[in-house]
Amino acid sequence: MRIKGIQWALSAAVLAMSASAFAAPPTPAMLSNACAGCHGTHGESAGPSMPALAGQSKVAIVESMKGFKSGERPATVMGRLAKGYSDAEFEAMGEFFSKQKPFTTSQTLDRAKVAKGAELHEKNCARCHVENGKEIKDNSPVMAGQWVKYLEIQMADYHSGKRKMFDRKAEKMKPLSQSDLDAIAHFYASVK
Amino acid sequence: MTIDRRSFLKMTAGAGAAGVLYGCASTGPSGSTAEVMPKTGRRVVVVGGGYGGTIAAKYIRMMDKSIEVVLVERNDHFVSCPFSNLYIGGLMKDLSPLTIRYDKLVANHGIKFLQAEVTGVDAASQTVITSKGALKYDRLVLSPGVDFRTEEVKGYNLATTPDVIPHAWKAGPQTVLLRKQLEAMPAGGNVVLTIPLAPFRCPPGPYERTSMIAMFLKQHKPKSKIIVLDANPDIVSKKGLFLKGWKKHYEGIIDYRPAKKVTEVDAASKTVLIEGLEDVKGAVVNLIPPQRAGQIAVAAGVVGSDKKWCPVNPTTFESTIHKGIHVIGDACIAGAMPKSGYSANSEAKACATNIVNLMNGKELVDFSGINTCYSFLSAKEAVEVTGVYKVDKAKNAIIAVPGSVGVSPDLSELEAVYAESWLKNILTEMST
Ligand SMILES: Cc1cc2nc3c(=O)[nH]c(=O)nc-3n(C[C@H](O)[C@H](O)[C@H](O)COP(=O)(O)OP(=O)(O)OC[C@H]3O[C@@H](n4cnc5c(N)ncnc54)[C@H](O)[C@@H]3O)c2cc1C
Repeated sequence: MRIKGIQWALSAAVLAMSASAFAAPPTPAMLSNACAGCHGTHGESAGPSMPALAGQSKVAIVESMKGFKSGERPATVMGRLAKGYSDAEFEAMGEFFSKQKPFTTSQTLDRAKVAKGAELHEKNCARCHVENGKEIKDNSPVMAGQWVKYLEIQMADYHSGKRKMFDRKAEKMKPLSQSDLDAIAHFYASVK
Repeated sequence: MTIDRRSFLKMTAGAGAAGVLYGCASTGPSGSTAEVMPKTGRRVVVVGGGYGGTIAAKYIRMMDKSIEVVLVERNDHFVSCPFSNLYIGGLMKDLSPLTIRYDKLVANHGIKFLQAEVTGVDAASQTVITSKGALKYDRLVLSPGVDFRTEEVKGYNLATTPDVIPHAWKAGPQTVLLRKQLEAMPAGGNVVLTIPLAPFRCPPGPYERTSMIAMFLKQHKPKSKIIVLDANPDIVSKKGLFLKGWKKHYEGIIDYRPAKKVTEVDAASKTVLIEGLEDVKGAVVNLIPPQRAGQIAVAAGVVGSDKKWCPVNPTTFESTIHKGIHVIGDACIAGAMPKSGYSANSEAKACATNIVNLMNGKELVDFSGINTCYSFLSAKEAVEVTGVYKVDKAKNAIIAVPGSVGVSPDLSELEAVYAESWLKNILTEMST
């Protein structure tokens, strides 16, 4: 907006030749649209392992990006991609995706696992992952309706110690078996 | 009487008025210069329904419904090059997972689709000539991909050579032909794959193809080899990872020969010649010709002095040669960005954003884009190269953000899982 006046005064020809000199820094949409090549338009991932970002908590996105950048959170591409952005840009992208309308995935889930996962969630996770993972508390992410394959990969990273967790979370998660974690992933994925 | 459309265009461009176009059209040789879909409001015409064009059309409409968008594409469907090497290697039954149609995209966003061949562009009168008629535009986006510099390979006839010696560098029937030839080949026969000098579409693509063909040979053609004749002095992309994968899986199957530039081909004997010095014969020959921007970019006069690619403004992707014509994807020079589908996707969004800004007299926004390009080394392992790209104001060019560019640390099954999800997402973006 700052330089709009000047820009108006420029002829189209000058604009075409040196537009970048007069352009504003990337907007939240410009930054975030590029993510859609993997995460889907507006963060509505078509799955099966790329997480949907539409309607995700801003804090969770910013924290994830910071974790990717520092290397604290294990990653494939995200560790390098996060190095391409500033903290202010993480905030902008977090804001953009958190404002998109939440997206419900449609995937085939195992009913028995969902039922077992619901119980395990009640017992172990519900204190922090409130409203069945639909709502956010502190910096916990929205997990309801997320792609199950993505949740499974995250659970595996926690369980193997590749991804660090708070003591409170570790206390709850460590004793769970692989099939328990599987069930919990199916449960969160099932929540509409 | 017939008249070559390009010379017709030159005539009308020389006459310098749009009115001349219509005047001629009424008495002209074919309906192709009569206006099809007369323009009412503000209009952007997008040429090419591939990785760049679909996204440009969609994002313009998502950002401003008052702009009419006409997407012109020669086919009624699009087959993705990404993952086509997996089909060639036998990992896919058919090309359906790589094929998209336009019906949902067009309906969801109110895009007008014209299935036609674009044969000419007249920048002065802001008119595109198609096999179905002329289209007026306020702004034009070209995302035609690549065509081949066949004149640099003696004996290469674009009309006949690919039927015998497939390039399979545009996915579809060519991809199917290459796989059929591999299947029909006698065990013990050699495959010859030739790589042109960079830059070409998809820097790691030829080496992924080498891996997938080697995988096929290992399984189905005992004693067969793949001889790779690379015009470049070395492997162009992800070198360490490809060498590692080749050693791990295909020892003795891949014969990689750098600095071997194919300059001549004899289709009848399936022989390629290297700068008059050497000839190499194969049971199957996959010659990837050197490339330039799609022919329509040449016809539109937006190809630069290198006679290969289109110089563009790094913020708007507007041609630095002709105003009002934007070029994205493989055809353009996007600074440090490689010629990939993901790059085309990012470029399309930035181009769409700034076309909408330009048409509404709004402030332009700097480019920020991503490239992630996966390659498969075996049925289950993939690697990637990735990076974030922004505009360097001082250089007025797109550069890689330091620290963001790099490759996978190792071959990885997890990367293969994410790769499949990438394909699903990007094709969904393009088709819905
Ligand atoms: C084997 C292989 C593997 C690859 N793997 C990857 C990968 O894993 N990841 C990645 O990101 N990229 C990959 N690529 C690169 C990717 O395919 C291209 O970079 C991408 O397609 C470029 O998009 P584009 O819009 O410029 O061209 P395209 O996607 O080719 O689209 C061009 C469209 O324009 C149409 N067209 C052209 N001229 C006309 C005309 N005159 N009239 C009407 N229609 C016209 C064509 O029919 C086509 O549909 C790969 C490429 C190859 C060959």
